[in-house]
Amino acid sequence: MKTSLLRIQAIVTKELLQLRRDRMTFAMVIMIPLVQLLLFAFAINTNVRNIPVGVVDHSQTSLSRVLQQTVAATGIITFTHSYHSVKSAQKAIDSNEVRAVLIIPKDVSQRLVRHPSVGFGLPPSSKQETSRPIAQWLVDGSDTVIASSIKSLRNMPLVELLDKPANRNTPTFEVTLLYNPEQRSVVNIVPGLVAVILTMTMIMFTSAAIVREQERGNMEMLITTPLAPIELMIGKIFPYIFIGAIQVTIILGLGYWLFNVPFNGGLAQLAIATLLFICASLVLGLVISTIAKNQLQSMQMTIFILLPSILLSGFMFPYEGMPLPAQYIAEALPATHFIRLIRGVVLRDVDVIEMNFDMLWLIAFTCFGLLVAALRFKKTLD
Amino acid sequence: MILSTQDAANNKNYSPEFAINAKNLCRNFGQLAAISNLDLTVEKQTIYGFLGPNGSGKTTAIRLLTGLLKPTSGQVNVLGCHLPQEANKLRLKIGYMTQKFSLYDDLTVKENLQFISKIYGLTAIEQKSRLSELLSTHQLTQQSQQLAGSMSGGQKQRLALAAAVIHKPKLLFLDEPTSAVDPQNRREFWEQLFDLCDQGTTILVSTHYMDEAERCHKLAILENGIKRADDSPQVLMNNMAAQVVEIAANDLRYIKDKLIALPQVISAAQLGTHLRVLVKKSEANPVALLQRQSCIKATDKLAIVRPSLEDVFVSCTGQGVAR
Repeated sequence: MKTSLLRIQAIVTKELLQLRRDRMTFAMVIMIPLVQLLLFAFAINTNVRNIPVGVVDHSQTSLSRVLQQTVAATGIITFTHSYHSVKSAQKAIDSNEVRAVLIIPKDVSQRLVRHPSVGFGLPPSSKQETSRPIAQWLVDGSDTVIASSIKSLRNMPLVELLDKPANRNTPTFEVTLLYNPEQRSVVNIVPGLVAVILTMTMIMFTSAAIVREQERGNMEMLITTPLAPIELMIGKIFPYIFIGAIQVTIILGLGYWLFNVPFNGGLAQLAIATLLFICASLVLGLVISTIAKNQLQSMQMTIFILLPSILLSGFMFPYEGMPLPAQYIAEALPATHFIRLIRGVVLRDVDVIEMNFDMLWLIAFTCFGLLVAALRFKKTLD
Repeated sequence: MILSTQDAANNKNYSPEFAINAKNLCRNFGQLAAISNLDLTVEKQTIYGFLGPNGSGKTTAIRLLTGLLKPTSGQVNVLGCHLPQEANKLRLKIGYMTQKFSLYDDLTVKENLQFISKIYGLTAIEQKSRLSELLSTHQLTQQSQQLAGSMSGGQKQRLALAAAVIHKPKLLFLDEPTSAVDPQNRREFWEQLFDLCDQGTTILVSTHYMDEAERCHKLAILENGIKRADDSPQVLMNNMAAQVVEIAANDLRYIKDKLIALPQVISAAQLGTHLRVLVKKSEANPVALLQRQSCIKATDKLAIVRPSLEDVFVSCTGQGVAR
C-alpha cells in the first residue's frame, strides 16, 4: 500500500514536471477557457437583433413609409435594401443579400383601415374577405432562429401607425421569469461553457496520456517495472484535476466580473459537482487512450465525444426539445449531467444532494471507466 | 586486454543454480514462428549473449524471458519464478534496458532516476545515497541537471543502464545496448557490465556486434528464431565446422566469385587486401584445394588462420550458403 502510494506519487510528480516544461500546453490551459469564454459569451445570442431585410413598396405612400419605420423601431430588423419587384427581392434572398423582404401592397391603406386591431372595420372586420393582413414577409426559412424572430412580428401592435390607442387584449397567461428575468443568454451560457471547456481539455489531456508514452517508447520501460495499471491511471489523472479546477475558476470568475452572471450557490456545492465531472471526463480520456494507437487517433476520438457534448448536452439546445433517441445519447454523456448540476448550483442555488441522480451517475461513470481503462491496459506486449 | 578480463571471469566458481531455465520455448506471431524450440540455461553471475542478425528473434526471446510476452508453448523459469504466471513477482528482481532509449527526454537525468527509484519503492534515504552512487559510477554527476533528450548517445546509454540497475536487480536484460554508441563508449560500458557481474548480477545481452559477443562468457547464436550454437566464444571457435584460409592476391573480387561456386567452400569475404575463405572441415587440405583452382596464381599467398567469431557466426547460420 505504501509503495503503491509512492508509485502514484512518482507518476504525479513526473506528469507535473513534464507539464511545466511544456510551455505551450501550459499556456493553453489558461488561454482556452479565457478566449473561449470571451468569444462565446459575447457571440452567442439567441435574441436576434438587426436582421438585414429588404422592402418592396408597391404603395409608395406616406403610410407605407411610416409602416416601415414602425417595423424598424422594434429593433429586430434593419431595412438595408429596397427593391422594385418581388422577383428581384427573391433573388436578393437567394444571394443572401437580405434574410427577408417586406412586401407592402398597393392597397395597404384600405387593408389597414379594415384591420381588426384598428377597429374601423365596417361591416364586421372578422370576415375573411374584408379583413386581410396589411403586408407580407418573405423569409429565408432555412435558419429557424431568424425565421422565428421575424414570425414574432406577425402580431406586432400598430399603435403608432394611426396615433390611436390599441385594443390591448388581456394576456391568457401571466409569465414570471425566475433566475434570469432580463433574459440574458450569457447567464445560461457561462455555466454551460464550464462543461464544454472541461470536456474538451480534460478528455484531450488524458486521451493523449497513455498513447504519448507508447509513441515515445516510454511504455516499454514502464511495463517492465512493478507499476500496476491502476496506479498509472490514477497518477495520470491526478494532476489534471487541479488544472480543471483552475479552468473552472477562470470561467466562473470572468463570468461573474465581466458578464455579471449571478453566483447563487455555495462554493462547496460547486466544488463537489465540478470534481465529479472532472474525474469522469479524465477517466473517459483514459479509456480513449487505451483504445487509440497514436495521438492523432486519440484526438479524433476526443472530437467524437466533444461534438455531441456541445450539441446534445443542453448547452446549445434544451434537452427536453430533443427526440427520445437523442435524449438517450445525451444521457450517456457526462457533460449532460454536469450542465444540469452546475446550472442548478450556480443559477438556482440547488443543493447537489437534491440532484443525486446526476451525482451518482457521474460517480458510477468514473468508477466504471477507471476499471475499463485499467483492464484494457495490459502489462504484456501480446 | 579483453581476453584477460574474460579469462578471470571464466575461472570463477559458478553457482550450480541457473538464473534462467527455458525448455522448448516457442512463440508465434500469427504464421511466423519468432522463436522455435529454444532451450536455454544461463548460469548465475555470468554474462550471456544472444548473437544474431536483425529479425533473428533476440528481442522476442528477451521479452519472453522478462514476462512481457507470453510463450505459445514451453516452460520458462527465471530466478525461481514461473512465467508467465509469476511475471509480476519477477519484475522486482530484474532490470531491463530497452533497445530504444525509453526514459523521459523531457526530464533531467536526476528526475528520471528519482522517478524510477520511486517506482521501485526506494525510500527517500535509500534513494539519495543510491542516486549519488549511481551518478558517480556511471559518470553522470555533471549531467545530473541536464535534460535526458539533450544528451549524447553514450550518456543516454549510461543513464539507461543506471536506471535499469537502480533497484540492484539479480538479473539484467540488455537489448542491443550499444547500437547507438561509439567504440570508446562501448568499451567503458562493458567495463561497467563486468563490474556488475562481479558484484553478483547475471546479465543477458543481445547484440549483432562480433567484438561485443566475444566478451560474453557464453553465447547463443540465433537465426530465424532457432538457436544454432550455444557455448563460450572460445569453444565455439575451436569446434567450428570449417577451416579458414586467408588469400592475399590482386583480383580479389574475381577470385571470390570463382571460389564461392566450389561445393567445399562455405563462404568467402573480402577483408581489405585479403580474402577470407571458409572451407568445410571434411576437406583434409584446404590450401591445396584452393591452390588447384585456375583463378589462383602461383604468386598468391594462402595460409590457414585462426577462426574468428564472425567465421563461427557465418558457418553456423545460413549466411554463408547464400551465394
